[in-house]
Amino acid sequence: MTTSVVPAHLLVVDDNKVNRMVLSRSLEQQGHVVETAENGKEGLEKIRTQSFDLVLLDIEMPEMDGFQVLEACLNDVNLRQIPIIMTSAMEELDAVVKCVELGAEDYLTKPVNPILLRARVNASLEKKRLRDEQRKLFRTFATKEVAEELLRTGFSLGGKYITGTVMFSDIRSFTTIAESQSPADIIELLNGYFALMIEAVSNNGGIVNQMVGDGLMAVFGAPIFHENHREQAVCAALEMLEQLEVFNAQQIEKNKNQINIGIGIASGEMVAGYTGTQTRATYTCIGDTVNLAARIEGHTKVALRPLLIDLYTREGLSDSYKTEDLGPVLFKGKHQAINIFSVSR
Amino acid sequence: MPTSQIDMNTFNSLKESTGADYIGELIDAFLDDAPNLLAQMKSALDTTNAESFRRAAHSMKSNAATFGAMELSLLAKELESLARENNLEIGNRLEVMEYSFRQVESQLRTLK
Repeated sequence: MTTSVVPAHLLVVDDNKVNRMVLSRSLEQQGHVVETAENGKEGLEKIRTQSFDLVLLDIEMPEMDGFQVLEACLNDVNLRQIPIIMTSAMEELDAVVKCVELGAEDYLTKPVNPILLRARVNASLEKKRLRDEQRKLFRTFATKEVAEELLRTGFSLGGKYITGTVMFSDIRSFTTIAESQSPADIIELLNGYFALMIEAVSNNGGIVNQMVGDGLMAVFGAPIFHENHREQAVCAALEMLEQLEVFNAQQIEKNKNQINIGIGIASGEMVAGYTGTQTRATYTCIGDTVNLAARIEGHTKVALRPLLIDLYTREGLSDSYKTEDLGPVLFKGKHQAINIFSVSR
Repeated sequence: MPTSQIDMNTFNSLKESTGADYIGELIDAFLDDAPNLLAQMKSALDTTNAESFRRAAHSMKSNAATFGAMELSLLAKELESLARENNLEIGNRLEVMEYSFRQVESQLRTLK
């Protein structure tokens, strides 16, 4: 058996010295770099402070057993992706089954068969490598939250009803600005602007799920539900406007165009899910609430206010926000007038 | 030559997977620790601490199996099972296990 292995950083947690020596030595012979811990507590501390590709975890140990270490890892977003292989005596199979059901990657019975050890460790490392690659790929195209949700729930195109808040924002008179600039300047302007806007959205728990031209759409409260999605969206919008002032001050210094934006926000029920095909899909939200947010954004040009929200979003805000009732507005395609509010800092 | 206490297939496989030059260190680790385990079991019997007895028997079982000392491992396993059921009425089983360990010990010393 001379299959070449990429050396990995492994941790062996076992209270039995002979087991620790046999496992770590065998894995070192297979080309890996191995650390050991004598009990669950020490093991968890090492898992938290160092970076491991895989952990071999004994079940029965003093000072925190294997169950508790496994649970602590699975409940920690930063540790959850580390594969854990349970090692146990043959008679502890019930416990092993419980661990695998909880989320352990695999198991080995002691005394460990060296061929099985090699096979299971390498298979787990390979699976982790693929998952890491997938995660990286998802993150290039999707936001971190969507990437994590995709990895957690698996990829399915089905949608579901959610309650959340949608935000649309657009640059005012962007076409006019674009016409007076070189293509390189336009892209630089957009990239600088988007970087600030996306940061403001992320800072407040939202995700930007679409950028079209100079406009962006963001969702709050999905794919992971947040109780205060309405306030998060308004906070993000105010931060965007604040960031834009800084951005414009820099533009003036560089003798370049300033930009103004309009932001529209609406909250309520919508359908969220992945649209597209198995090979190309995006996470998106559709429904009346989404249309309304887009219409409200358009209305900022008429109302001459940078940030407008609907009544349901207004109801989700504490008194510390300065809002102004602009009265009912009848939007295109709607049968009923909607009460619109302007928000200012 | 007395009958072998060690299953040589298991032993050689252990030697091969951990590296031939390492087997001495492994044997020492087991032989150094085993008297502690035996002492722990005796004192656990005196204080009727079944959990402490079980843990020591569990380690003895596991270590013996690692080296291919199957009979010793089975004797330890039997003691572990009894202690798990809180039963410390073990007759002369501990002495039998200790005798088995001494035989394993002398054979392992020749295999270093």
